[in-house]
Amino acid sequence: MAKSALTNTGEALTRPAGWQGIAADWSSDQRAFKNVSWGKAMMWIFLLSDTFIFSCFLLSYMTDRMSTTVPWPNPSEVFALTIGGTTIPLILIAIMTFILISSSGTMAMAVNFGYRRDRVKSAALMLATAAFGATFVGMQAFEWTKLIMEGVRPWGNPWGAAQFGSSFFMITGFHGTHVSIGVIFLIIMARKVWRGDFDRERRGFFTSRKGNYEIVEIMGLYWHFVDLVWVFIFALFYLW
Amino acid sequence: MAQAMHVEGQQHPIKLYLVVWGWLFVLSTCSYLVDYFGLQGYLRWSLILMLMILKAGLIVAVFMHMAWERLALMYAILVPPVLVLVFVGTMTFESDYTLFTRVKFFGAGS
Repeated sequence: MAKSALTNTGEALTRPAGWQGIAADWSSDQRAFKNVSWGKAMMWIFLLSDTFIFSCFLLSYMTDRMSTTVPWPNPSEVFALTIGGTTIPLILIAIMTFILISSSGTMAMAVNFGYRRDRVKSAALMLATAAFGATFVGMQAFEWTKLIMEGVRPWGNPWGAAQFGSSFFMITGFHGTHVSIGVIFLIIMARKVWRGDFDRERRGFFTSRKGNYEIVEIMGLYWHFVDLVWVFIFALFYLW
Repeated sequence: MAQAMHVEGQQHPIKLYLVVWGWLFVLSTCSYLVDYFGLQGYLRWSLILMLMILKAGLIVAVFMHMAWERLALMYAILVPPVLVLVFVGTMTFESDYTLFTRVKFFGAGS
């Protein structure tokens, strides 16, 4: 960052805001994202590309569901659980939603404490986030097991349109993979924060570069995105 | 330095995150209740979509700090996904057509 700060004289001046700001930022023959580091900008661009991937999954699900002549299985009944004799519709998915939202809450606070250089609280909150994420994946594994036992396959199921299984396994599987990768990275980052790598500017294992607490925010961007995708899956796949 | 700048730029009170967290719980409960009470038709769809967009907006704006970024980044990231709606429109036509041919030529459902 020190290097680009030397060449980027624009940062010393106050930049124009609004539409003029967009034109000024993009036309300056320098970096378009003036007060955002390359790490954060690249995470945003990655998330944009990931948005398109999930959009394609949800779109193919929409196309399948709209074009099939066989009735679509009712998610409210398929994902119902019988607890203590009463059947509650969609209850597992609702709990999973609350768990993922809670993990986003703890992640947001971890970022905040990271910037306040409170490394113990930041690391603890990141571990809490990872624990919520692992719980979510565990419940998803339970859900998959239950559905597979009931005879759901990517090529068919007992209740209706065959495309239900393939859409379900593809969409939730891809999302679960994202959560799992996030949990692994959260644990790695929590260890670094806990150890005080970003206070002592210890060099990274892979990159040999000094890190700073911004990495917690970048990690947070990824994690919130995982939560964001779940919001769409919950609405469009489970509730629709 | 970027780091020093972000310490100033992305420093918000913890209370803000707790309030958003609370709202996300409320909105999720509402969307679950839509299913629990078995609302159907346009009421169901509009409620589901509205709650979905509200939740997504809160997460992106506050948790991901998009509300405090410069417009140049905001539009670069938020405008392209809107174009997916064109794709949605295209695939709606396509699936209507597929359904039509399936009903017409395979006689399913009749």
